[in-house]
Amino acid sequence: MESLYRELILDHYRHPHAKGLAESFDGESFQVNPMCGDQVRLRVTVTPASSADDATLADVTWDGGGCSISQASTSVMSDLVRGLDLAHVEEVAGVFARLMHSRGLGLGNDADEDVLGDAIAFEGVAQYPARVKCALLGWMALKDALAKAVAGDRSPARIPEGFA
Amino acid sequence: MTDSSPAPEEGASCVTSFTWECRGMTDSSPASEEDAPAEPITAREVDRIRRDFPILERRVRSGRRLVYLDTAATAQRPVCVSAAMTSFSSASYGAVHRGAHRLAEEATDAFEEARTRVARFFGVAGDEIVFTSGTTAALNLVAFALAEIAAGPATGSAVPVIRPGDRILLTEAEHHANLVPWQRLARRTGADLAWIRLGPDGRLGLDDLDTLVTPRTRVIAFTHASNVTGAITDVARLVAAARAVGAMTVLDAAQSAPHLPVDFRALGVDVAAVSAHKMLGPTGIGALYGRAEILDALPPVATGGSMVEIVTMTEATFQPPPARFEAGTQAVTEAVGWAAALDYLSHLGMDRVAAREATLTARLLAGVAGLDGVRVLGPDRAVARTGAVAVEIAGVHPHDAGQYLDDLGIAVRVGHHCAQPVHRALGVTASTRASLGVYTTEAEVDAFVEALGEVRAYFGAAR
Ligand SMILES: Cc1ncc(COP(=O)(O)O)c(C=O)c1O
Repeated sequence: MESLYRELILDHYRHPHAKGLAESFDGESFQVNPMCGDQVRLRVTVTPASSADDATLADVTWDGGGCSISQASTSVMSDLVRGLDLAHVEEVAGVFARLMHSRGLGLGNDADEDVLGDAIAFEGVAQYPARVKCALLGWMALKDALAKAVAGDRSPARIPEGFA
Repeated sequence: MTDSSPAPEEGASCVTSFTWECRGMTDSSPASEEDAPAEPITAREVDRIRRDFPILERRVRSGRRLVYLDTAATAQRPVCVSAAMTSFSSASYGAVHRGAHRLAEEATDAFEEARTRVARFFGVAGDEIVFTSGTTAALNLVAFALAEIAAGPATGSAVPVIRPGDRILLTEAEHHANLVPWQRLARRTGADLAWIRLGPDGRLGLDDLDTLVTPRTRVIAFTHASNVTGAITDVARLVAAARAVGAMTVLDAAQSAPHLPVDFRALGVDVAAVSAHKMLGPTGIGALYGRAEILDALPPVATGGSMVEIVTMTEATFQPPPARFEAGTQAVTEAVGWAAALDYLSHLGMDRVAAREATLTARLLAGVAGLDGVRVLGPDRAVARTGAVAVEIAGVHPHDAGQYLDDLGIAVRVGHHCAQPVHRALGVTASTRASLGVYTTEAEVDAFVEALGEVRAYFGAAR
């Protein structure tokens, strides 16, 4: 279990970073796993706004509730991607998804591991297939919010009935 | 007929080579039938029972001994269940209700004997038992058959013809299997869906039953025991309310049949559904019980082989129940295994099983009551409830709790247990559920309570 609940994960769960939604945003997403109630609402600002090519992810904030893996993963992700240009964000997200689908075999590549920074702590999650979705929830919200920002869609995310 | 070497047991009755008896490897010979009242199941008897369940000796995560507390999801099976299935397969397997050869006869006898045994276990007649793949299939069968009736011309019969504006009454305690089929039936027929709400104690609030049961109520579908709260429903009260308006009663007995004596005739329900895999039997088999007049009046849902009489290129006539509802090749081997499992339970005595589990449930509830930040969802005393105990752990998500327990070898269910409305009614999204079986020990209950007491500190939720 230590491989799953690394101290870094528990730290982020107890003291999440970037939690608390910013007032203004360029894109917002709400992601929920209806099976267990894990939820993440996430906002991004992008500079220069609505320019796909050389834009930078200026800020990420989020709010949510759920299991330690989903909440800590969103917290670690926020630190990792803030300030990166969007192409770079996509690369990191791709490496993280690959790690999650590695069935615990890891990435087998130091360069990729470096890209992930603290997010490599979630390596153990990949051994528990039922938890992979939890770890990816915040990343899905990020991808969705960025897509909206790039498309100039500043509409608030739709929140299904029964979720706050 | 020219065979020169007849088998020695030729002429003996069918099904000679396998036994239905499922009495355990170390027959524990509990109280004999004349003994009254029955002796309780002691810890020593549980030790003997456990020898029939080798899986309970398994080591799981980091070499820990398995503590299996997920019986409400699926029960473990005694070895005599698989032994009955294996011996049937080796001795008497063939096509049921098809063909006239010896094995076909023996297999047909075995299948029908299994039906008789299931019927006897539930206090009903053999032709009132329809084999299905389980509770879900049985409940869907009823809902689809009622939809078929509603789509046709009105006929005066034992089952309701549901019209727009009629009412289908459910409860907030339902497993999705006894909820979603009725939602679809309501949508198809234009009926209105109403439900009995859960009170804060997790039991059905029956105070406004008289207003919920309107003269246009056609169906009342309810669970006998909740798979989340463990609460046992006052069936007599609901059956009386249904009778007063001529509504049909549908009982989901998936969680009661494994843990209490259940007699469908005595309960007075019109139809009921059960699954073998929750009562020490195999997966893939279960039953729909239907009062004879009800089954007679229901049309088939699945059609095809084995359920017809005369078939032309344009038409077919259907067999009487139960064959009418058993289209296609049935789970014959599983039916035999289920009957063996029922023999095992009957031998223990369902009243003794219920008493044993109540004792353990009381221990579990008392243990949990001593933990800070842990709330039982449902009745917190071991009265009129089963040993399915779901809890909310303040500040800890059920996934995390389940993972912590799993690491100690303790298997529980986390999530919404296919009962989202129950959770919503109790103000949570998901829960952590421990559920007991006849093989559960005091030590296992204590291990669970102890581990549960550590969870909040581990995740930083306890101050
Ligand atoms: C109360 C209740 N009803 C119905 C079911 C569905 O049973 P099955 O999955 O065997 O069809 C279950 C099992 O999860 C249950 O607990």
